[in-house]
Amino acid sequence: MIEVSNIQKGFDGQQVLKGISCVFETGKCNLLLGGSGTGKSVLLQCIVGLMKPDIGSITFDGTVYTNSKIDIRQEIRRKIGMLFQGSALFDSMTVAQNVEFPLQMLTPDMSASDRRDRVEFCLKRVGLENAGNKMPSEISGGMKKRVGIARAISPNCTYLFCDEPNSGLDPATSIKIDQLIHEITHEYGITTVIVTHDMNSVIEIGEHIIFLHQGRKLWDGTKEDILNVEVPELKEFIFSSSLVRAAKKVDDESEGGMAALNEEHGGGSGI
Amino acid sequence: MLSRSERLRVLWNRTIDEAILVGVDSIFIVSIVSAFIGAVTCVQIAYNMSNPLIPKSTIGFMVREMTILELAPTITCIVLAGKVGSSIAGGLGTMRITEQVSALEVMGINATSYLVLPRILAALITFPMLVIMAMVLSILGGYLAGTLTGVMGAQDFIEGIRTDFIPYNIVFALIKAVVFAFLISAISAFKGFSTTGGALEVGAASTGAVTNSIIAILIADFVLAAVLL
Repeated sequence: MIEVSNIQKGFDGQQVLKGISCVFETGKCNLLLGGSGTGKSVLLQCIVGLMKPDIGSITFDGTVYTNSKIDIRQEIRRKIGMLFQGSALFDSMTVAQNVEFPLQMLTPDMSASDRRDRVEFCLKRVGLENAGNKMPSEISGGMKKRVGIARAISPNCTYLFCDEPNSGLDPATSIKIDQLIHEITHEYGITTVIVTHDMNSVIEIGEHIIFLHQGRKLWDGTKEDILNVEVPELKEFIFSSSLVRAAKKVDDESEGGMAALNEEHGGGSGI
Repeated sequence: MLSRSERLRVLWNRTIDEAILVGVDSIFIVSIVSAFIGAVTCVQIAYNMSNPLIPKSTIGFMVREMTILELAPTITCIVLAGKVGSSIAGGLGTMRITEQVSALEVMGINATSYLVLPRILAALITFPMLVIMAMVLSILGGYLAGTLTGVMGAQDFIEGIRTDFIPYNIVFALIKAVVFAFLISAISAFKGFSTTGGALEVGAASTGAVTNSIIAILIADFVLAAVLL
């Protein structure tokens, strides 16, 4: 579980995060939802340690991360896996070497054969068992995301962070990536935080959703609750998606559109 | 960079990889440049020495002195500033804007130590080697140009390059090579590592790295000559 408490962050006098407090639950896909420029990525970067918040604290399973000693921060960082928006694969390495890299760096005692087995396992898990020898420039965007996921989980991460995992992907591939993240989260019981503004992802894997607006948390809940909220900013955000709007219209008319949409995406109760 | 450096084995492997990129891959261009500079120096000195009272061996002497003191270390490092400096800045800049540096940092790896330190060490190791090679090839180029064009005999050239040899000049040239290596790699790494934005900024970082490195080399060249000679 990751606890974020009163995080504030500003740039050049402009406050981007205005005191955000929230909890990311273990074993769930936690979605940071919001429009562009609402501070989602900044919050994510503060959590993973790429930025230092001006005020506030972040706790990983009871261990305070912010302002702690470098050894403690390093220890926590080694439990973090991250999928970047542009995948951020090392372009001088093959796919297999990319997945092996964290193992080489973070688990020096691991034997070469164990490392190879682990790489094979991770690549197989994301459906890329035959792509190990390819260079990142030779694979598609969706495959790069899969390699990014394989690299993130290869050292048995406890926390998985995904920065807009669907950006630049077609809807079908997006759903596959969402499902893969969802499966991995439940399979390994890890804490997953996903930054997104994609309503498909919300309907697909939004087990715990935190909505940010203008640097503030306005709402949190589940995908079952989100379509019935009365927060005007969130309603405006959700129904800016024509797909959701259309489904809602059908739902209102026939008592089943949103439920059908949710069912189709593997959800529980109708929304 | 040094406070939380990676394990020695990782550092060693990375340094060797970078030494191949920085050093081995530069052998061809350094060879071509130094051989022709030696050849041109020989021909032009011969052209300017029309006084029959000055012995022909003076051409060989001057080629050697110019090569060891200035041409081999300084011109070689200016060439390397262009080749290696732009490569370091471009490579690191691209890694920065494509979030590869962030990926290292998220993994808990000291990105500065992993990416910058091996490049600096590789330059410190390989530049003096390249300068020694440039010295040899430049004098050889002068010899071939002098003898093949008929401006002087082989005996005169060899006599010239053996006249009044001061071993300290070699040491001075190697000190210059080490200083220039540090300046080029550190300036280029800084420029690349601090890149923000997109492809345009990566290009600007590469250009800035080369320009600043060359200026730094020229200033350091003057300071070292004033202090050490």
